[in-house]
Amino acid sequence: MHETIQAIILGLLTGGVYALMASGQTLIFGVLKVVNLAQGALVILAAYLSSSLFVSFGIDPFLTVPIVAPALFLLGAAVQWCLLRPLHRSDASQLSLLVTFAVALGIEGVLTLVYKSDYRTIQPSYANRSWTVAGYRIGEVRLAACLLSLAVLGALALLLGRTRFGRAVRATVQNPTAARLLGVEGDRVAALGYGLGAATAAAAGAVYGMVYSFNPNSHYDLISRLLSIVVLGGLGSLGGTVVAALAMGVVSALVGALISPVWSDFSFFVVLLAVLLVRPQGLFGARLRGAL
Amino acid sequence: MRTAAPVAGFVALLAAFPFLVTAPWLMTIALFTLMYAVLASAWNLVGGYAGYPSLGHAAFFGLGAYAEAIWFQHHGIGSGLAPFAVLPLVGLAVAAAGLPVAWIAMRTRSDVFAIVTITLLFVAQTLAYNLRGITHGAQGMAMPVPDFAPATFERPFYYAMLALLVFALLLSWAVLRSRLGLALLAVRADEDKARGVGVPVGTAKLGAFALSVGITGMAGGVWAYYLSFIYPQFAVDPLVTIAMVLMVFLGGRGTLWGPVLGAFVIAPAQQYLAYQYGASQLYLLGYAALFVLVMLVLPRGVLPTLADRWRRRRLRADVGPEVAVEQP
Repeated sequence: MHETIQAIILGLLTGGVYALMASGQTLIFGVLKVVNLAQGALVILAAYLSSSLFVSFGIDPFLTVPIVAPALFLLGAAVQWCLLRPLHRSDASQLSLLVTFAVALGIEGVLTLVYKSDYRTIQPSYANRSWTVAGYRIGEVRLAACLLSLAVLGALALLLGRTRFGRAVRATVQNPTAARLLGVEGDRVAALGYGLGAATAAAAGAVYGMVYSFNPNSHYDLISRLLSIVVLGGLGSLGGTVVAALAMGVVSALVGALISPVWSDFSFFVVLLAVLLVRPQGLFGARLRGAL
Repeated sequence: MRTAAPVAGFVALLAAFPFLVTAPWLMTIALFTLMYAVLASAWNLVGGYAGYPSLGHAAFFGLGAYAEAIWFQHHGIGSGLAPFAVLPLVGLAVAAAGLPVAWIAMRTRSDVFAIVTITLLFVAQTLAYNLRGITHGAQGMAMPVPDFAPATFERPFYYAMLALLVFALLLSWAVLRSRLGLALLAVRADEDKARGVGVPVGTAKLGAFALSVGITGMAGGVWAYYLSFIYPQFAVDPLVTIAMVLMVFLGGRGTLWGPVLGAFVIAPAQQYLAYQYGASQLYLLGYAALFVLVMLVLPRGVLPTLADRWRRRRLRADVGPEVAVEQP
């Protein structure tokens, strides 16, 4: 029983981090209608940048986020503007999917050249410290990561719900043609949306690097988890993504604690297949479609 | 059959190649080029004809490789040429394993298909590492090295790949001229409309997927026997998927010869660079750059673009006034 509750706590904390990564993915899907296969690679890139800043300049990994996020924002916006925007309209969706895949490979290639393919982690002094509450261990990094995720998600929700830009994004998500007719500049919204999605990867990357060990190849692992979450949440629903991320975090932690860590990775794929079998639109796909 | 003669010549040239060129490193390059031509043609059946871009074909390549190796280990399929004889069974087994995945993945839209297939890639690698009882995990699996003469060691594998290529091309050609091909092209053009007018879209997609991964698995089997040693990270290698997709897009997806053209351009270049410089992280960058370039500049691929240009020129010539003067 103790073990189960401990696993649920761990799962919720991990799920919070997944929620952050996957929300960027959902945002990009909502705005561009493109499954961004580069999201995992962007997270790993952010983890490396954060690690370098920490090692070379001693900047606390959490404080690297405001430095790395703008860089990734620019990178993401540039990817949309230079690579996705000019694609042929006729089968843009298939081509853009593959272009994001190529971007992921490019990032992996650059990271392998610069950092070689050894595994590394970001190890600040508090990385392995934890609090004990009523007999349950709560890792400091994980808790801080979860709080950071909540803060970023909250900011994202405010940005989308309360600002002019957010309204333009939501209009584009619901009906791109109508939004364009009403004066929303589709390309600019798309570039900003992709940039914003990439910037959330920056926050996620710093955290990911402290909790897991990673190498340039890790993005395949990560992207399959993120995509499972996004499908479970119903492609394009932000609330659904958060719930799905928490659920997947708990499921995989439970499988890891009670069965074997090996199969906890596998639980993502099983859940993905089960969702596609039983409810292909995802948990919230039908009800909230287009609502982001 | 205007094309029969050049095609026969092409195949004859490929068949004669091992006798014209004897340097082992050139034979290795030729072998891998044929392998990629097989893989690209196989990918084209699903990714090109039906327009469902699979990112997980490397999983089926690895499955074929492991099937061959496991067969060796547990049943002792002999040595020499005998292991080639089980390839059709390997192909059938891989196709059968692909069906349930395809059935689930293809029920929804093509972006979900891409999601499931890329996830499958990772799952297959995890399984290869962790099902130690069957795959020996990270230690890899060894097969007895075949006792072919060292000077002509590559030949049997080369001919096996050539046979697979001829098979894949004949199959692609037959599919294109069949109702299945029509159904697949209808799926690519507009799946909802196709379903609306009664095209059996589900069966067509599943059929194409099974054929595609079956061929991919057989190529994996030959590859495993050639190397006689397989590891999870090389058997299920994302680079294999990427190479397949890139070759098909470069040559022209949905065409019969595009994938072969793509493979004949990219595979030798890649093998040569690997042989010369041996820097595998460079091909990641090279692939990524080439990929983006093809998508932006030649989104339809070389062959359709050329065919279009030629057709337009002929059309202009037919209509233009100068033709009347030139004609005898």
